[in-house]
Amino acid sequence: MMAPHLRRQAFKLGAIWLLLLAVPLWLPMIGGYLALGTRVLVLGLAAMSLNFLLGFTGVLSFGHAAYFGLGAYGTGLALKMFTHSTPLALVLGVLLGGVAGALLGALIVRRRGVYFAMVTIAFGQVFYFIAFRWNSLTGGDDGLRGFERQPLDFGPWSLDILHDPTLFYYFVLVFFALAAGAMGFLLRSPFGRTLLAIRENERRARFLGIPIEQHIWLAFTISCFFVALAGGLNALLNNFADPTMLNYTQSGEIVIMVVLGGIRSFWGPLLGAAVFVVLQDYLSSLTPNWMSFLGIIFVLMVLFFPRGVLGMHWPGLVRSVWVRLRPAHGGDKPA
Amino acid sequence: MTDLILFNVTNGLIIGAFYVLMALGLSLILNLSGVINFAHGGFLALGGYLAYTLVPFVGFWGALLIAPLLVALLGVVIERTMIRRLYGRDPLYSLLLTFGLAFIFEDMTRFIWGATGLPFSVPEFLSQPVSSKFYFITEYRLFMVAVVAAAVGGLFLFLRFSRVGVRIRAGTFDLDTVSSLGVNVRVLRSFNFALGIFLAGLAGVLAAGQLSLEPTMGATLLMPSFVAIIVGGVGSLPGTMLGGLLIGVAAGITTVFWPSASEAVIYVMMALVLLLRPRGLLGEEGLLS
Repeated sequence: MMAPHLRRQAFKLGAIWLLLLAVPLWLPMIGGYLALGTRVLVLGLAAMSLNFLLGFTGVLSFGHAAYFGLGAYGTGLALKMFTHSTPLALVLGVLLGGVAGALLGALIVRRRGVYFAMVTIAFGQVFYFIAFRWNSLTGGDDGLRGFERQPLDFGPWSLDILHDPTLFYYFVLVFFALAAGAMGFLLRSPFGRTLLAIRENERRARFLGIPIEQHIWLAFTISCFFVALAGGLNALLNNFADPTMLNYTQSGEIVIMVVLGGIRSFWGPLLGAAVFVVLQDYLSSLTPNWMSFLGIIFVLMVLFFPRGVLGMHWPGLVRSVWVRLRPAHGGDKPA
Repeated sequence: MTDLILFNVTNGLIIGAFYVLMALGLSLILNLSGVINFAHGGFLALGGYLAYTLVPFVGFWGALLIAPLLVALLGVVIERTMIRRLYGRDPLYSLLLTFGLAFIFEDMTRFIWGATGLPFSVPEFLSQPVSSKFYFITEYRLFMVAVVAAAVGGLFLFLRFSRVGVRIRAGTFDLDTVSSLGVNVRVLRSFNFALGIFLAGLAGVLAAGQLSLEPTMGATLLMPSFVAIIVGGVGSLPGTMLGGLLIGVAAGITTVFWPSASEAVIYVMMALVLLLRPRGLLGEEGLLS
C-alpha cells in the first residue's frame, strides 16, 4: 500500500506522461498541428532545464539562449559536415553547448542576483555575434541551412524521423523523458537537496560547510547541458538554426516560460512553454504587432501573477472570487 | 595606416560616448534601485524619434532639451505605476517587466514611425568637417562630444555637490539608513530613475544625427552598455564611464585589424576583466559578489 501523497504523486506523473504520449492523437482534434506539439516539448525542455537553475538553485541566468543556440548550431554543423547519424550529431551539439556553459560558468559563479543575470546576458551575446559574423561557417544572418535530420538506423529496421512527424515527436519525447527523468532524479538526490538549501539560505548553507561555488557551478553546467539538448532538438525540428536563437531575447523568452508556468514547480515550465508557444503562434498570425501583445503579457504577468499558473493557490483564488461575487443574501436573485 | 587607426579610434570614442551616456543611466538605476532596465534602449530610441518629430516645431536646440525631458517624464510614469511595485522583490521580476516593456517600446516605435530608418538632419552649421585631412572629425561629432562631456560633468557635479545628489550616492550604499534619516526614498528613486532615463533620451537625440534612426537603435547599444558597467566595475560611476570609452575604442581598433570580431571583442575584454579583476576596473571589493 502506498502512502496517499505518494499515490497522488504517481497518479499525477501517470497523467502527465499519458497526456504527452497521446499528443499525436488529441492535438489535431483540438485544432493544433503536431510540429507545434513538438516545439512545446523542445522549449518545455529548455525551460525546465533553466528552472533547474532558476527555481531550484535560486540563481538567475538570463543568458541561456547562448547554450540553447550552441546546441542547435553544434548539431546542425555536425550533420552538415561529418556525420549522418542524428543521435551522434545531437551528442556533439550537447557537448558544444554544455562545455561552453561549464567554461563560462567558472567565470561567473561568484556573482549573485542582478549581477549574475547581467554577466550571463552579456556573455550570451558573444555567441550571437560569432554566429552572426562567421559567415563561412554559420551562414551568418541567414542562418545555418543545408542539413536534415537523418532516419534512425537500427540494423534491420530504420525509423524515418525525417518524413514522419509522429515518429519525430516520439524521438523528441524519448530525449525529453530521459532529460526530465535525470533532472528529477538529481533534484531528489542529496545533491539536489543541497541546491535547495543554497536557494533557501545561502549563508546558512555556507556555514554548514557546503562548497557553494562548486554546487552553483555544477548546477549551471548541468542546466547548460540540458538546454543544449533542447537546442539540438530544436535544430532537428526545423532543419535550420539561426542567430536569433542565441540572442538575449530568446533567453528572455525561456525565462518567461518558466515564470509563466510556475517557478517553484517541476512541471510548470512545460506548461509555461505550451502557453507561450501557442500564444505566440496565435498572436503572430493575428496581428503584426504581436511583440506588443507579448510585452503586455510579460508586464501583466509580473505585476499580477508572479507565481505563474502552477504556483497559484487555485482553490483559494476561486473561493475569494466566489466570496466577492456571490449575492449578499444567499439565494436572492438581483432584480 | 595611422590615418585608418586614428579614424577608427575616433569612431570608437564617438560610439563609446553613447555607451557612456547609456551605461551611466543604467548604473544610476541599478545602484539605487537594484533594477536592470532592459527598456533603456527603448527609451533611447524614443528620445531620437521624438526629436525627429519635434524638430520642425521647436528646432534642433529645442528638441535636444525637450525630447529627453518628455522621455524622462514617461520614465517617471512607468516607474510610479509599475517598477516601484517590484522594489525589494526578486530581481527576476523587474528584469522580466522591463524586458516586456522593451518589446512594447520597440514595437510601438515601429508602429508609429515605421520600420525603415528615418533621415535626421543635423543643423547646417554643424555638418562641416573641421579640416580636409581629418574629414571624419565633423563639427557635429565635436559638438556631440561636447554635449556628452557637459552632461557627464554636470551629472558628477550634481551628485557631488547637490543635496539630492548626495542622497542618491548615500542611498547607493545604504538606502535604509537614508530612509530612516527622513529622506523620502520613494521620491528619491523616482527622481533618480528620471535622471537615468533623461540621459538615455539625450543619447537618443544625439544618436539620431549620428547613427541611423531605427526602432532597434537602442537595443543594439544595450548589451555593450552592460559590458561597460561590468568592465568599469558595478557600483562605480567613474568606472562605468571609463568602461564605456574603453570598449568603444577597443571595438574601433579591432575594426581596423579584424572587422568581423569588432562586436565580440568587448565580451572578450569582459571575460578578461572578470578573470583578472572580478570587481571591475574601478569597482569596490565585495559589491559584486
